[in-house]
Amino acid sequence: MPLRRKGIDWQSLIFTGATGLMTFSVVAMVALILGNIAWNGAAQMSLHFIIGGTKEGMFDTAQAGVFPMIFGTLALVVLMTLCVLPIGVITAIYLSEYARSTHAVTRVIRGAINNLAGVPSIVFGLFGLGFFVQFVGGGIDKIFCGGELTYGKPALIWAAATMAVLTLPVVIVATEEALRAVPQGLREGSMALGATKLETIRKVVLPQATPGIITGAILAVGRGAGEVAPIMFTGAAYYLAHLPAHLSDQFMNLGYHVFVLSTQSPDIERTKPILFGTVLVLLVLTFLLNSAGVIVRAKIRARARHAHG
Amino acid sequence: MESSFGSVLNSTTAAAPASRASLAEAIVRRKTRWGEWLVERGIFIVSLSAILMIFLIFIFVGREAVPVALGQTNNARSQKAVAAADIPKLSPEKLAAYLGVTLADLKGFDAATVKQLVELKGQELQEISNPDANLNTTGWGMMLLPCRWHGYDKAEYIWQPVSEIPKFNMVPLIIGSLKATLVALLLSIPLGVGAAIYVSQLAKPAVRELVKPTIEMLAGIPSVVLGFFGLIVLASMLQAVFGYESRLNAFVAGVALGLTVIPIIFTISEDALSSVPKAYIHAALALGASPWKTAWQVVLPAAVPGVFAACVLGFGRAIGETMVVLMASGNASIVSASIFDSCRTLTASIAAELAEVVFGGHHYRILFLLGALLFAVTFLTNILGDVVVHRLKLKLEGKH
Repeated sequence: MPLRRKGIDWQSLIFTGATGLMTFSVVAMVALILGNIAWNGAAQMSLHFIIGGTKEGMFDTAQAGVFPMIFGTLALVVLMTLCVLPIGVITAIYLSEYARSTHAVTRVIRGAINNLAGVPSIVFGLFGLGFFVQFVGGGIDKIFCGGELTYGKPALIWAAATMAVLTLPVVIVATEEALRAVPQGLREGSMALGATKLETIRKVVLPQATPGIITGAILAVGRGAGEVAPIMFTGAAYYLAHLPAHLSDQFMNLGYHVFVLSTQSPDIERTKPILFGTVLVLLVLTFLLNSAGVIVRAKIRARARHAHG
Repeated sequence: MESSFGSVLNSTTAAAPASRASLAEAIVRRKTRWGEWLVERGIFIVSLSAILMIFLIFIFVGREAVPVALGQTNNARSQKAVAAADIPKLSPEKLAAYLGVTLADLKGFDAATVKQLVELKGQELQEISNPDANLNTTGWGMMLLPCRWHGYDKAEYIWQPVSEIPKFNMVPLIIGSLKATLVALLLSIPLGVGAAIYVSQLAKPAVRELVKPTIEMLAGIPSVVLGFFGLIVLASMLQAVFGYESRLNAFVAGVALGLTVIPIIFTISEDALSSVPKAYIHAALALGASPWKTAWQVVLPAAVPGVFAACVLGFGRAIGETMVVLMASGNASIVSASIFDSCRTLTASIAAELAEVVFGGHHYRILFLLGALLFAVTFLTNILGDVVVHRLKLKLEGKH
């Protein structure tokens, strides 16, 4: 008897259709959001908007600029990267090259990293205020500044330090992945030639893993450029007439500015174009960084698959 | 978030290279180099920084909240008036506290001044008209149980930290957080898990190549941008469709919040579904099951713990998210069952109020207490999610 040929498999069709529709609606939502922002934001784009300041009027469509916020955001992420990269990379080296995966300490470290990645960003804000601003900053003031209020208040350096704690898991995970993608044979070859473990790491493994480390830094910067809650109490300012010149100065920030414009504006309809423009600048900045990170990471993953057969 | 999960899933594969490395080490062993030994110790110590940070967060958020949590604070503004005749019965410490002066000052006063101060204080106490001023509103009872305030006809839960009588009842905030989170999960669990099943089991590779980067892109949108989108675009759109009264409410916030949660649920579910061994799928297909039956009855049940973990972690993310709810929820601390009423969440309260409080004051400490509460909740959900994913991974790899 020949195999029975069934009619249309309705169940299959409905199930596949439903899940497909869900997938499609997620993609459509992303497209809608990005499209809407790009469309409305493009109207506000001009050279003056990018390089102009806020002196002539923060809420005035024709004159407002976002340069101070771009500057503040860049200063923040550069300082943040300087803080987070060494610690993140060294932790990743330990986890990938030294740690035994079954060891209790290793499991606790991994647990802490995962937990750190899940701490709500507002809790980082509270932590930054309680630890960096009041404890560390206040301590510096007491010891070095003779009690004068210099570091014991919200400042660029404390916002960057808080953001560094927040992005630490990003850097560690990306770097570790890159280190693991370096073929084991290279390490063995290096050691067979008489190099010590540390020499092997420094001269063989790390150079091979550099793109991955850069990816980690880029992803961390992408994340740090967009977070607002952790810097609300640790350094971001509503409005400043001058660019920050010192580590203990406050700064303006793109993300925080979006929040300020959308909730504190005296006339929301009039400030909408500035708002869309600022959001577009922020999105372009984070997306450029993120997609650069994602592309490099995809290449590393492909190489890792190749290396491990 | 999703990337840190990758590390958990990958961690079990490290065992084999490590043993080979130790073999290589044994072969090239030679005299100890102290410089290198020191550097390697240094590497180990730095690698403990993540643990240190968790510990510091715990200490420094908890530190500010401890006096309130232990019930050591008291903001009752009036005590029982002390009669002038009772002055000798009180200890100097109690008298100083009653009058609000330091012990040293009190010792400097003569008896007549003290008597005058006590009488003045007595008058002052009589002038406070609101009987609620006698209440310590920072106790656990007042923070969690309903209270019938002066002028109200029934007991209510009220969060009103800036008023003549500050009211610190957290229940409206907890309800607000749960309402927004519930809406977010109702939206993101079906969409995230559905998309994960489709992408990992049913779709062609080309669709996968399109969907995964799109969802990574969604994960990369800063939450302040989604909050802005909820506030400016989504709120008007949804109001036009559903026709409810207040433009900003738990529903709008929940929908915007759902957008931040979808990538987490999708990524972790997809990871779990894809790590189900191919042999299961091939066996099911060989027995004549259709692809959807295989996905629904073989792959999904095997990966259920991973999908559960995805939902738990999604919950942790949603309840801790700040900017979206701060901007799109309307921020009125109302206790109501309707999701179309405005709501105020734990996170939004911290963000909105911390900038205006007195450092070290009651309100400040209670905001830190809310933060500690959030930290504890997300800490537990993270651990739960981690353990579930880890066990699933071991099970699917056949190492019970």
